[in-house]
Amino acid sequence: MKTIPVSTRVNGDSVEFLCAPEETLLDALRNRLGLTGAKEGCGSGDCGACSVLVDGRLVCACLVLAAEAEGAEIATVEGMAEGERLHPLQRHFIDSAALQCGVCTPGILVAAKALLDHNPDPSDEEVRYWLAGNLCRCTGYDKIVRAVQSAAAEMRGA
Amino acid sequence: MSVTKPLPHDSARLHVTGAARYVDDLPVPAGTLHLAFGMSGVAHGRIVAMELDAVRAAPGVVAVLTAADLPFANDVSPVAHDEPLLAADAVQYLGQPLFLVVAETHLAARKAARLGRAEIAADPPLLEIDAALAADSRFESGPITWQKGDTARALASADRVIEGSIAFGGQEHFYLEGQAALALPAEDGMVIHSSTQHPTEIQHKVAEALGLPMNAVQVVMRRMGGGFGGKESQGNALAVACAVAARATGKPCKMRYDRDDDMMITGKRHDGRIDYRVALDGTGRITGVDFRQLMRCGWAQDLSLAVADRAMLHADNAYDIPAMRIENHRLKTNTQSATAFRGFGGPQGMLGIERVMDHVAHATGRDPVELRRAQFYPEMGSQSPGITPYGMPVEDFILGALVDRLSDSADYAGRRKAVADWNAAHRTLKKGLALTPVKFGISFTLTHLNQAGALVHVYQDGSIHLNHGGTEMGQGLHRKVAQVAAAAFGVEPDRVRITATDTGKVPNTSATAASSGADLNGMAVKAACDTIRDRIAELLAQEHQSEPRRVHFAGGKVFVGDAEISFAEAVDRAWRARVSLSATGFYATPKITWDRLKGQGRPFYYFAYGAALTEVAVDTLTGENRILAAHILHDCGQSLNPALDIGQIEGGYVQGAGWLTTEELVWDDTGRLRTHAPSTYKIPACSDRPRVFEVALWDGENREETIYRSKAVGEPPFMLGISAFLALSDACAACGPNYPALDAPATPERVLAAIRRARGEAE
Ligand code: FES
Ligand code: FES
Repeated sequence: MKTIPVSTRVNGDSVEFLCAPEETLLDALRNRLGLTGAKEGCGSGDCGACSVLVDGRLVCACLVLAAEAEGAEIATVEGMAEGERLHPLQRHFIDSAALQCGVCTPGILVAAKALLDHNPDPSDEEVRYWLAGNLCRCTGYDKIVRAVQSAAAEMRGA
Repeated sequence: MSVTKPLPHDSARLHVTGAARYVDDLPVPAGTLHLAFGMSGVAHGRIVAMELDAVRAAPGVVAVLTAADLPFANDVSPVAHDEPLLAADAVQYLGQPLFLVVAETHLAARKAARLGRAEIAADPPLLEIDAALAADSRFESGPITWQKGDTARALASADRVIEGSIAFGGQEHFYLEGQAALALPAEDGMVIHSSTQHPTEIQHKVAEALGLPMNAVQVVMRRMGGGFGGKESQGNALAVACAVAARATGKPCKMRYDRDDDMMITGKRHDGRIDYRVALDGTGRITGVDFRQLMRCGWAQDLSLAVADRAMLHADNAYDIPAMRIENHRLKTNTQSATAFRGFGGPQGMLGIERVMDHVAHATGRDPVELRRAQFYPEMGSQSPGITPYGMPVEDFILGALVDRLSDSADYAGRRKAVADWNAAHRTLKKGLALTPVKFGISFTLTHLNQAGALVHVYQDGSIHLNHGGTEMGQGLHRKVAQVAAAAFGVEPDRVRITATDTGKVPNTSATAASSGADLNGMAVKAACDTIRDRIAELLAQEHQSEPRRVHFAGGKVFVGDAEISFAEAVDRAWRARVSLSATGFYATPKITWDRLKGQGRPFYYFAYGAALTEVAVDTLTGENRILAAHILHDCGQSLNPALDIGQIEGGYVQGAGWLTTEELVWDDTGRLRTHAPSTYKIPACSDRPRVFEVALWDGENREETIYRSKAVGEPPFMLGISAFLALSDACAACGPNYPALDAPATPERVLAAIRRARGEAE
């Protein structure tokens, strides 16, 4: 089978891997790099469980080919904490009980971080619509919105 | 004490760092093979021939198995032995697994599965409930009927009779983690990792399929990414497929359903229709209700009998109605086999009576809350408790006080007026309001399932390790159970470690279902902890010339008379004194007895209660709608963990509202499910979250002796979502003089149809 060599940076580290032409970035992250934080909830771009950042842009890793990651900067949930120190979003998700089964959590954290990176002071409405592509079957979303808002407040130094 | 504290989920840190592993995340041994089913494209017929050469020749394919290749039982059903893993002859729904592809990768297996050709002599499929009823296609020989009082007489002598019916849709579980299993061949048996609510069932079915005793199969389950009932029996097929393929190839085998396959293959909530006739006396009081519940069970029996029973058991909800007749039909169709889903039939039964209340309020012009309130069962403490249609006294009823409290705090009267004013002033956007109660029975209705076991070890350093029969699917069960253990030993919960649910540690478990996880397993764990604690207390009492009952465990210390030592030291002393620091615990729910055929007895240990007020807005030109506000007051007894309980309530409400509003399953007339992915099947999204969402816990405790007087919380809040549906009905009713008779799910199309009915326009 034809394989394509890819060199990229994942969470700040240089990474090289071989992939099949039709292989998705999600499969490469999970199966080749052992980064199983991003999940496959649908495989069709509709649930957001596979959310990662490619060059700072929020994407569904299930809709990106692994080969497209050549030369790109990838960020996944595994890179959010600095060592033992959790990112404020991670801490507030724990403290606000904004998770239950946890399968949606990595994707939502990555998406929320992307939001706060370009809009540090979003309204509830903006949070709700920004996260509308990240499905959660367990929580009913209320605590998720609250956790994002309290993390945003902390990050603004409020 | 550690119980009642709002501690986070025990895996929360793993969840937020992406380190929590689900079955599909487990590292697998090199050479692991991957499986996919080839599925039927026809809903009903007989297999004439299968052409699988192209499948076998496809890249990466190692083996292809059909029913003829299965060495032992070809059955993955939980009860009735009517669900072959692979169809042998008859095809009974579109999507049914026909053959199993074993390949080097997941993608190779799925691609190859598409290359199979099955020649099927098609018969006309039975798809709809009315067609099944006409053909007398059903489970059990006829409908089940329960009767309290004389409904026929109530109807004959009524001042007024109201009739109607409500159709309701099914619901896809949409656990965000799809079904998955991994089989690892062991020296003489099989180890299975399965995303299942019922490890013992997986063990049982795998053992049957391999012709092994149950002791040769070990099932391990660390966590699920959501279950909601959809992993009570629906994981059997994957685990058995992996086990059979692993045995055939000698290699580890893994299977996960892609989302579309998951939705095409697995069962969902039962859809159907409820027809009702209601007798009213001269004062507008309901004197009798006759229900006919039609439930579409799909092709196999699965858990449908118990689900349908629970629909009957909730046909009364909160209301003391002198005469009630409930006739329930379990209809067999050529569709996916409907299965357990949060509420397990209860939501359907409750929707029927809440619809009746809504209809009667509209017909009599009474305020719907006042009407409901007037017909409530007597409150707890009353001399003569109400009796349910199945003969159980309702001794713990608190909805009178609870609904009053919610009406006050959410300002029902003020909102009612504001909504009326808004509707008088606006033509296009109409608002609606509803406040509905929930009374939900807690216990498995199959009485023997109400048991649980636990295994607790205390190590020399004072750390505690425990296992119990319950499974973690996001509900926080392990956290609650750890809190129970910590309270028993008087230590902090972080001293307690719970590892994967494992059939090798605690045997013969019931499914984690019926909201019973914490009730049953919490008690079993407490029993085990108490045993060890009593042994330590006895030793220390001897050493200090005191009595065991004067030894106390609190704050990480043990107090004996005037002396105090650390828990770890107490444990160390016990170990040196050769006292066993390991124990099992067992619990069986008391007081319950139930004869399901007669419909008489006490199927439930107690009831859990709650109420929700929902306000909505409807665009009468498009049928689009929004939840503007939701206010909830819910009874968890003395909550074991308010943070987790409120999470269950919020999630349950939203999921319940989703069932009745946006979540629509559509089959075409060949029996093909057309909504088999989130692109077409809409569960609530973050943008649907109610603008105002207030949730509070009722301050009370369980009158029965449950674990720290708490109440079960998994399912009951789901039915709070009925208030969202009836608020939409209320908004439709504001459009014209007639009763809108809204059907569920209330998609924009159905809302528009209801508005036309309200206006008296042709449909
Ligand atoms: S798995 Fe990528 S969006 Fe669902
Ligand atoms: S916590 Fe389970 S899907 Fe969000």
